[in-house]
Amino acid sequence: MARTMTGAEMVLAALADHGVEHIFGYPGGAVLPIYDELFQQEKVKHILVRQEGGALHAAEGYARSTGKVGVALVTSGPGATNAVTGLTDALMDSIPLVCITGQVPTHLIGNDAFQECDTVGITRPCTKHNWLVKSVDDLARILHEAFYIAKAGRPGPVVIDIPKDVQFATGNYVGPSNIAHKTYKPRVKPEQMGVREAVELMATAKRPIFYTGGGVINSGPKASQLLRELVRLTGFPITSTLMGLGAYPASDKQWLGMLGMHGTYEANMTMHDCDVMVAVGARFDDRITGRLDAFSPGSRKIQIDIDPSSINKNVKVDIPIVGDVAYTLEDMLRIWKSKAPQLDKAAHKAWWKQIDQWRARKSLSYKNSNDVIMPQYAIQRLFELTKDRDSYITTEVGQHQMWAAQFYHFDEPNRWMTSGGLGTMGYGLPAAIGAQLAHPKSLVIDIAGDASILMNIQEASTAVQYDLPVKVFILNNQYMGMVRQWQQLLHGNRLSHSYTESLPDFVKLAEAYGWTGMQCDHPADLDDAIRAMIDTKGPVIFDCRVANLANCFPMIPSGKAHNEMLLGEDVSDEDVGNAISEEGKVLV
Amino acid sequence: MTNMSKLPSKSHYVGPGAAQAVVSRTLSIIVDNEPGVLARVIGLFSGRGYNIDSLTVTETEHEKHLSRITIVTLGTPDVIVQIKHQLERLVPVHRVRDLTAEGVALERELALVKVVGKGDKRIEALRIAEIFRAKVVDTSTEHFVFEITGKPSKLEEFIQIMTELGLVEVSRTGIAAIGRGPASS
Ligand SMILES: Cc1ncc(C[n+]2csc(CCOP(=O)(O)OP(=O)(O)O)c2C)c(N)n1
Repeated sequence: MARTMTGAEMVLAALADHGVEHIFGYPGGAVLPIYDELFQQEKVKHILVRQEGGALHAAEGYARSTGKVGVALVTSGPGATNAVTGLTDALMDSIPLVCITGQVPTHLIGNDAFQECDTVGITRPCTKHNWLVKSVDDLARILHEAFYIAKAGRPGPVVIDIPKDVQFATGNYVGPSNIAHKTYKPRVKPEQMGVREAVELMATAKRPIFYTGGGVINSGPKASQLLRELVRLTGFPITSTLMGLGAYPASDKQWLGMLGMHGTYEANMTMHDCDVMVAVGARFDDRITGRLDAFSPGSRKIQIDIDPSSINKNVKVDIPIVGDVAYTLEDMLRIWKSKAPQLDKAAHKAWWKQIDQWRARKSLSYKNSNDVIMPQYAIQRLFELTKDRDSYITTEVGQHQMWAAQFYHFDEPNRWMTSGGLGTMGYGLPAAIGAQLAHPKSLVIDIAGDASILMNIQEASTAVQYDLPVKVFILNNQYMGMVRQWQQLLHGNRLSHSYTESLPDFVKLAEAYGWTGMQCDHPADLDDAIRAMIDTKGPVIFDCRVANLANCFPMIPSGKAHNEMLLGEDVSDEDVGNAISEEGKVLV
Repeated sequence: MTNMSKLPSKSHYVGPGAAQAVVSRTLSIIVDNEPGVLARVIGLFSGRGYNIDSLTVTETEHEKHLSRITIVTLGTPDVIVQIKHQLERLVPVHRVRDLTAEGVALERELALVKVVGKGDKRIEALRIAEIFRAKVVDTSTEHFVFEITGKPSKLEEFIQIMTELGLVEVSRTGIAAIGRGPASS
């Protein structure tokens, strides 16, 4: 049944029809009609951020912690350009977002009008798709298509650019059920032949491994359940990328920890020496593979991915399977169970023995101190004191992010939100706000660095306005630690502009926003301080003063292979200075 | 069923550009004729560092709002597969066909070639044009504009010869291509 209404009303009608409860936005001239509609209804709650960049990351945190589509609303020109980082971030990490931007009226487009920018041009390469809506007659269809495209197949961000006159114009609104997409129909069910071949190869493996990624999380909670079942049934070891943490429980004995540049020794060595690799929703990114021509040289590889362009992009695989992770694992399990293959028990036993030897290297160990808080220790304590709670963790970008991935362990999917592909400093606080909004009773912590937190600190004000008790746990080393570490590795320890000279007093900063500020600088006081943070009702900035010059290990130096890791315990400063070859230096 | 563990491994890295020879491929891309669709396709090529040797685009089926983009691109076979998958990922793309991979595709191009000169060179230019079945579409006592249609290689040859005979300007349409046989894309 078509209903007559204005373009602005259609926006709200479509949001309601798609079950959207919260949107994150910031008003301006070109979206005022939509804001006026927001004012006159109650279904959709609008969260006013303090900068549009915050709206996009908040929508990402909301989406990633719920599995729903995140929605942002921004004005034309600067509103839209401020959204670009968040859109790119969501594209890289496959987060479903719908971003609505206002545009100058159609008759002014192309005239360099006030607050005009070519939004669809600017956002074309950083969205999955985008639309400039030139007529109100197209609006309803585009709004519904937008939600479909954001979520279908490999998820991602979309932009709908709506000129102001289209928001005012009157047209017919048709509900979402009447619309089927003409071209975009990604394959979700895998070809059975590939799945059968994969099972056969897995059954003959002597040194297998599961290598899983963010695709498992995106596929939904069922995918994680099926993965757990398959991993236990096969008895194979399992590792995951940064984006996939939580899909398999870190407390399980088959779990090897994260792999890649700052992954564990056992995960990377197992990848290097395996004979059968089962990649599930992971895309062989350069942070994972290290030196490509030395990446897992002796293995046959199975890759399950919903996006055909992710298959064979960086690494050639033997059995490609295009399909949704949950559908594919379901088929795999069924075939595995019906075949009930005889595994080479002796080989598997030897493989686990080898893995245990790698584990015994304790690659995450570090020298603790009684005088200063080591950053790793801080995360360990944070984990121990929060693990029995219903908690969600976000991060900023840098060493603290890697330490969080190494030392905070996840047993459930959708609990961990971090900017993986783009590595966006400033992601964590707004993402925490989004996650907290979706889970008001849970404990949401942004593990932050002293530099990153300042990139979107204005969102502290948003948290206060909506009573969101997020906790920001800053590993304050007074450096852009990750930059400093790379300068030590690559540039003769010349610390060019990586020391943050005039940091604010974080306690006072917290108080200025109406948060609680806390500080801790001694390991003996840490547990009590963390408990106090957890027990504080409102939002808290916890300024955790940590050792300034700690490095994040283990590490695969750029240009090196998985079996050439630098381990933390026995690395001298000289080793660190010489770790990267001339060729490796040009890599990022 | 094959025993996978006995097959030679393909798994060591053969990356874009490594070890493989570069080939030329003609891709036919059927897209929804919506605003920005060409920018999307071209942006994909420039953003990911792929080559465009030739590009043509025009609406082919008005009622269905379909356009055909024909792109001649260079790359290793792995890169060509990537290009195809990346194109298929674009929302308004209906389908992508690698015409070269499906057998020798029919490829045609049109060129307008302006040749200026007097005396023997002028007579020679006209004689060569006849051999190539190029049409004279504009002339004065000191110039010809030839229209020539054919395979790109024929156009190349013609242009090569005309360069010696006073060629001053060329405009080419780029390649239109279609698969042979009764099947349609
Ligand atoms: C927006 C943005 N700008 C620059 C960088 C490059 N960068 C990566 S890590 C880092 C330093 C982060 O410092 P801090 O937040 O203090 O974290 P630490 O590494 O000390 O834990 C920088 C500048 C980035 N990732 N994002």
